[in-house]
Amino acid sequence: MNSAENMVVLQNLKKHFTGIEALDGVSLTVKKGQVIVIIGPSGSGKSTLLRCVNQLEEKSSGEIWVDGERLTRNSKQLDKVRSEIGMVFQHFNLYPHLTVLENITLAQRIVKKISKQLAIENAMAQLKRVGIEEKADKFPAQLSGGQQQRVAIARALAMNPKLMLFDEPTSALDPEMIKEVLEVMLDLAKAGITMIVVTHEMGFARAAADEVVFMDKGQIVEQAIPADFFANPKQERTRLFLSQILNH
Amino acid sequence: MAQSVSTSTRPPSIRNSPEFREYILLKIKTAPWWLIGIAIIAVITAVTIATNQPFQDAFLFIKAGLGVTISTTLIAFVFAMVLGLLTGLGRISNNTFFRNLATLYVEIIRGIPMLVLIFFIALVGVPAIVAGFKSLGVWFTENGMIGIGAWLSGFKNNAVPMNTRAIIALSFTYGAFLAEIFRAGIQSIGRGQMEAARSQGMSYWQAMRYIILPQAIRNVLPALGNDFISMLKDSSLVSVLAVRDITQIARLYAGRSFQYQEAYITLAVMYLTMTVLLSFLMKFIEKRIQKNEQR
Ligand SMILES: Nc1ncnc2c1ncn2[C@@H]1O[C@H](COP(=O)(O)OP(=O)(O)OP(=O)(O)O)[C@@H](O)[C@H]1O
Ligand SMILES: [Mg+2]
Repeated sequence: MNSAENMVVLQNLKKHFTGIEALDGVSLTVKKGQVIVIIGPSGSGKSTLLRCVNQLEEKSSGEIWVDGERLTRNSKQLDKVRSEIGMVFQHFNLYPHLTVLENITLAQRIVKKISKQLAIENAMAQLKRVGIEEKADKFPAQLSGGQQQRVAIARALAMNPKLMLFDEPTSALDPEMIKEVLEVMLDLAKAGITMIVVTHEMGFARAAADEVVFMDKGQIVEQAIPADFFANPKQERTRLFLSQILNH
Repeated sequence: MAQSVSTSTRPPSIRNSPEFREYILLKIKTAPWWLIGIAIIAVITAVTIATNQPFQDAFLFIKAGLGVTISTTLIAFVFAMVLGLLTGLGRISNNTFFRNLATLYVEIIRGIPMLVLIFFIALVGVPAIVAGFKSLGVWFTENGMIGIGAWLSGFKNNAVPMNTRAIIALSFTYGAFLAEIFRAGIQSIGRGQMEAARSQGMSYWQAMRYIILPQAIRNVLPALGNDFISMLKDSSLVSVLAVRDITQIARLYAGRSFQYQEAYITLAVMYLTMTVLLSFLMKFIEKRIQKNEQR
């Protein structure tokens, strides 16, 4: 598990909240450069899994390695590991009191201690990458949902992360804006960025995923390359879930 | 609410239409008529002070306390903000000790009348702390640290003037009120903000300072402004410590000249003028902020 080619290794990971096992023994290996798409019904523990990887949620038991480093609750390590993992949220969570540019430069400056000049250059490069450099001086509230999510992606990329986590990045968006965000994510996948993506966009899973993981009740039920996963799912639960969302 | 209705309604173009009638009625209903009342009071008072010798005497005498009233309020408010912010952060802290310490402080202050608190802090609390310093000084001296020992035992009760005690008392009292405002302000910011900041590697305190507090403080500015006005009024309570603010001086003047009406009418109008001006200032600031948010 400390093999140099692994970015994330989860070993028998458990997380319980009062009265519920949100994660009930999850083991998963994500290799460097891989894109893993996680799907599953509501409440199956997808968000909890992502949040355990960057320690927004404290695991109950099990082990987590990120890039060969075993995660502990040491707060120095915690802040460092988090600064190396980008996270994109369903509701964007941009900082509403800061401009787009400030949203992207703030953590570079106060966490990575990068000079203002460099931080701005880097921010503009990332904005260009997601195709909205002309919005640099706007406030988040002045942007459409799709644009806000692209800013959130640029904000995460600007920290030069080893790993990107996406928690349903398009499910708060109007249909016409989903595509622009998925295109950005597809570019990232092609660029070889390691990604774990929770999404219900099966088109994205087919096009970008190296592996698709199906979760239910806090466990991984099935895991396969997209072609196999969609063509002949092995588990009854997977088949049921796929028929529900694909006929939808 | 009513005001936002009236400002967002444009006057209908046709003068005799029922819409126009409705618009005028709404304007009449929502206009700040009470301001006319205030204006009448202001004009009558100004004319009276200018033309009526006893009122003029009272005003000129009481005016001497304005500096004390204003400086006591300002300084105590600054301290109360610092104390309130720290306590507010303590109230939501995960640290059991600080959370309970903060709650203890807030609950104690809430449970005691302000007048009693002012007596207590100024006449029991401060002397107790001075006595504490003294015995510490004795202890240091006995243990060979004569310098610091002498310095500490040199503290005298009367070295802490009543003005300072009044400021301490007001700061502690309002610190507890402001703590609740700051706490509510911080809690009004969605969890997602803290999570986004932490997920970028910011520490808890960095996230507080750069992400949560700027938004929280903006949200609670109106409440802070209200408490500043309340504090200006409550500063009159420090007159019980013989601090020479406008209330104390008015009392002295009334007692000496037996011109109770002149003294207390003038005093009341002085407070009213200050608080009304302050609330205009606050409304102005709020409007500015609202405009900024609509950028
Ligand atoms: N902070 C929390 N406190 C208590 N229970 C929680 C908490 N967070 C999640 N849970 C519970 O843990 C389970 C897994 O939640 P999680 O958010 O990981 O599911 P999910 O797969 O992301 O679902 P969705 O598709 O609805 O986002 C759910 O039953 C949820 O109610
Ligand atoms: Mg979720």
